Amino acid sequence: MAWTYTKKAAFYLLVIVIVVESVFPFYYAILTSFKSGTSLFEVNYWPTMVSWDNYAAVFQNGSFPQNLLNSVIIATLTVALALLFAVTAAYALSRVRFRGRSLLLLTILSVSMFPQIAVLAGLFEVIRTFGLFNTIWGLIFSYTIFTLPFTVWVLTTFMRDLPLEIEEAAIVDGATPWIIITRVFMPLMWPALVTTGLLAFIAAWNEFLFALTFTSSNSTRTVPVAIALLSGASQFEIPWGTIMAASVIVTVPLVVLVLIFQRKIISGLTAGGVKG
Amino acid sequence: MATETMGTLAVPAKPIRSELFVSRTRAAMVFLVPMIIALLIVAGWPLLRTIYFSFTDASLSNINAAQFVGFKNYLTWTQLKSGRVLWGGVLADPAWWNAVWNTLRFAVVSVLLETIAGTVVALVLNAEFKGRGIVRAAILVPWAIPTIVSAKMWGWMLNDQFGIVNDLFLKLHLIDHKIAWTATADTAMYAVLAVDIWKTTPFMALLILAGLQMIPKDIYEAAQLDGVHPVKVFWRLTLPLVRPALMVAVIFRLLDAMRIFDLIYVLTPNSSATKTMSVISRENLIDFDKFAYGSAQSTLLFLIIALMTVLYIWLGRVNLEGGDR
Repeated sequence: MAWTYTKKAAFYLLVIVIVVESVFPFYYAILTSFKSGTSLFEVNYWPTMVSWDNYAAVFQNGSFPQNLLNSVIIATLTVALALLFAVTAAYALSRVRFRGRSLLLLTILSVSMFPQIAVLAGLFEVIRTFGLFNTIWGLIFSYTIFTLPFTVWVLTTFMRDLPLEIEEAAIVDGATPWIIITRVFMPLMWPALVTTGLLAFIAAWNEFLFALTFTSSNSTRTVPVAIALLSGASQFEIPWGTIMAASVIVTVPLVVLVLIFQRKIISGLTAGGVKG
Repeated sequence: MATETMGTLAVPAKPIRSELFVSRTRAAMVFLVPMIIALLIVAGWPLLRTIYFSFTDASLSNINAAQFVGFKNYLTWTQLKSGRVLWGGVLADPAWWNAVWNTLRFAVVSVLLETIAGTVVALVLNAEFKGRGIVRAAILVPWAIPTIVSAKMWGWMLNDQFGIVNDLFLKLHLIDHKIAWTATADTAMYAVLAVDIWKTTPFMALLILAGLQMIPKDIYEAAQLDGVHPVKVFWRLTLPLVRPALMVAVIFRLLDAMRIFDLIYVLTPNSSATKTMSVISRENLIDFDKFAYGSAQSTLLFLIIALMTVLYIWLGRVNLEGGDR
């Protein structure tokens, strides 16, 4: 009997360790963001004060609201474009047999494994040629490289599993493929679209390498670059309070979204990985 | 794997009418063209240009005037009058080999530890207990936090003067003086590994959990009836059955770890102890104005990852057909 209790206690201890370890850094960032002045440099494990100074500083400090807006626009448009291209492509890849389908799917999978750095030099040239350097359009354009293969891949696996009969009925009624996609599949695909859209949004929101390389002024930067480059009056004076406040601002919406859609996200992640 | 069973379940294609078949195929082509063009402009062409630049003397300020120089960026040598041979190029660059070593070390150690930690978390989540939903929500938090934010958060926690990690370790008597975790060459890699493991274990755990949940429950019931020890059940039943999912997750993560950039760039800037292939390539491409040299380095990284991808597709036997439609 005692052994059973010990086992149970050990299990719950493990559970507590996992939860605390997962959440603590974010908790500590929030705690720090509410500190001001010298109390920032005292280590506390529990909240000691609530001061909005850091948050005020973030929003008064020049370009951060603009960066936030850039991130929202870029991530939203990237997702919209990727989904538009991916739904039609996934229909062709999953419902129609044609020569070279396997090769095409293989290529798409390989592109999603691409190291971003491998295209950086070439993409830099393309973006400069199109006059997109230091604009949000350059980033929307370049983010296609990771959002499109991913959305196509996941939507293809999803569409492949839809029963053939619904489509056959539409074909018999004389529906064109476009009608089949918009009227028959779209209503069934909302869950998959929400999931892939959300995952693509997070990927675009978090992207750093392209955003760092293809923008050069404060007003066109996205939030991750802005946070990475936040600096104080001097090199030795890192504004930790402001950085933590900015971090909390960009992370809270993501955490909330992820927690609301956690079941869908988990199924989307595993569809991209295990099923692939 | 899941798709293998799914393939056999799929309804075989019925030859409806060949006229219909032709029009469907034509529509499929029309639907595929935008995606293919987009991928060609954003991935195919830039990749070819990067490889081309690696054989030229291109510089950032004057990309268009690039002249072809052959393998000079990769390997070059000149014999001095004294008979000594001077080697040049990426393949003779100790900084490059240091980056290769850092990348491999990081990828292998992080993925190994993430797999172990991920398996533990997945086993916990696969058990039934009160509060399982809370645990699942909690482990999604690190995954949801942007990498740059994680790097900054941990940078603050690992701060040498005011960091909570030093404070905690001092209180627990694990260390006797404050350590500059991210700035010291000996500990910088540990700091990077800690943050990466913290951030990526949830992803591993969820993939492994999906594999665990596909194992039929009655196998466990049978093992329990036969009185098989739980540890033996894990090694003999659970692990072999979850292995396909585990392998895919491991290779997926390895490919991801090989190209790591953002965490290292922000957490340990300019530390040669953690500089990886991606970091050194970008440094040469953009910061040092050695555009062609950086292109050669990124081409090499691409070749390594391409080789690994081929292995992945071959080993994972990825199902591309998914039944006849």
